Amino acid sequence: MNAWLPQGTVYGTLLNFRREWDLWSTRMTQDPHKAPPKAPVLYVKTANTFCPAGQDLLLQDGVSEVDIGASLGLVIGAQSQVTGAVLLNDWSVPHTSYYRPPVKFRCRDGFLGLPEQVTPGQVQDWAALQIDVRRNGERVQIVDLRELMRNLPTLLADVGEFMTLQPGDVLMVGSDCLTDGTRPRAKAGDRVEISAPGFDPVITQVKGRT
Amino acid sequence: MKHARIAWSGAIHDAVEADGQLLLTQGPHAGRRVGFDEVVWLPPLAPTAQARTVIALGLNYADHAKELAFKAPEEPLAFMKGEAALIGHNALTKRPADVTYMHYECELAVVVGRTARRVKKADAYDYIAGYTVANDYAIRDYLENWYRPNLRVKNRDTCTPIGPWLVDAADVPNPMALKLQTTVNGKLTQSGSTADMIFDVPTLIEYFSSFMTLNPGDLILTGTPDGIVDCQPGDVIVTEIEGIGALINTIVSP
Repeated sequence: MNAWLPQGTVYGTLLNFRREWDLWSTRMTQDPHKAPPKAPVLYVKTANTFCPAGQDLLLQDGVSEVDIGASLGLVIGAQSQVTGAVLLNDWSVPHTSYYRPPVKFRCRDGFLGLPEQVTPGQVQDWAALQIDVRRNGERVQIVDLRELMRNLPTLLADVGEFMTLQPGDVLMVGSDCLTDGTRPRAKAGDRVEISAPGFDPVITQVKGRT
Repeated sequence: MKHARIAWSGAIHDAVEADGQLLLTQGPHAGRRVGFDEVVWLPPLAPTAQARTVIALGLNYADHAKELAFKAPEEPLAFMKGEAALIGHNALTKRPADVTYMHYECELAVVVGRTARRVKKADAYDYIAGYTVANDYAIRDYLENWYRPNLRVKNRDTCTPIGPWLVDAADVPNPMALKLQTTVNGKLTQSGSTADMIFDVPTLIEYFSSFMTLNPGDLILTGTPDGIVDCQPGDVIVTEIEGIGALINTIVSP
């Protein structure tokens, strides 16, 4: 069986975990942001980022370190209904400004680690999901979906207010930061594993261009 | 040659422009000619196996950057759209009831012709299949300073008309010297030239392919010059680029 690939557009959600929101809150009213975000802050993971299960992530073009972005992706079927979900590794070049769109940080080749297959189900199945993130076998983060700012039904409703999710699209619910606001990082030589009960894991060997 | 993708007689067809008509080029009706007004115009793009990458540029004309009170960017200001935001020529675009400022953006759209990675500016034109016209509507009421321009402004259903034609690159000898204009209900409101882009098409292809792979069918919407005005339900917006086409769109209330 061929490893899974998204059939449609993959969207990511920024600032959807309470811890990161709280860390940002005092700066949200300052320049250049001026106000906290009202609508979901989304971005697109373009098709060149798709890294099917079993493929390595090659760091290149001057990138030597990446943020690990463990997330749950909701897989959309007919009538914008969720038919399943996947764990994803939404890699990004570490960036501290959320002012401009993150194309250079998030849309690099291979920057979306994919699992073998989709887990069928409905959003209520994953309301309390805990995602385990390991680097070289050592746990570096537990992502708890009870900590979402917008829970899954709310996120879907607020996104659906302005764009219709199409069959095959994937909506990532966000990735959490650590207590200091950073994300766990990986560099060439690291092996990163994202897992959760009931899901195919996303296991990625990170390599560098030497 | 000018290529179109249309719905007619219960199916989708590829067609080319021939003497002011559409000549169907494949399927059971290949060879038949139909009138422009007999068809539904779809985005003039062949389907892609994976999600089409749709790159759009902000502030890529010095005058528009000035109009919006920004200094010209030092590197391209790019954002991504989902393909579902695209609609064809002669379509209807929704204006929400509660907004005060919704404006068109007439843009030269570049369609990638072959896989591009680490392409040099001097070779960039070899990677282009052709050009079309995009109208990258924005609703400024929804602008927020988070990954700005945010998707609620730029990735709305019905808000990116594109077409009517995909014009072969070979038929556009100098894409960097084309007049652009927009009319609202027949009145000229926007006028410019692709010569005034801050980052020209070869530079954009070099820039994006320096860190990402562009695939055949991917799109780059290259930004708009100044002359943006609010559009109301009932307004007919024609965004036109010399030698590429005139893209007609009508604003409707929800």
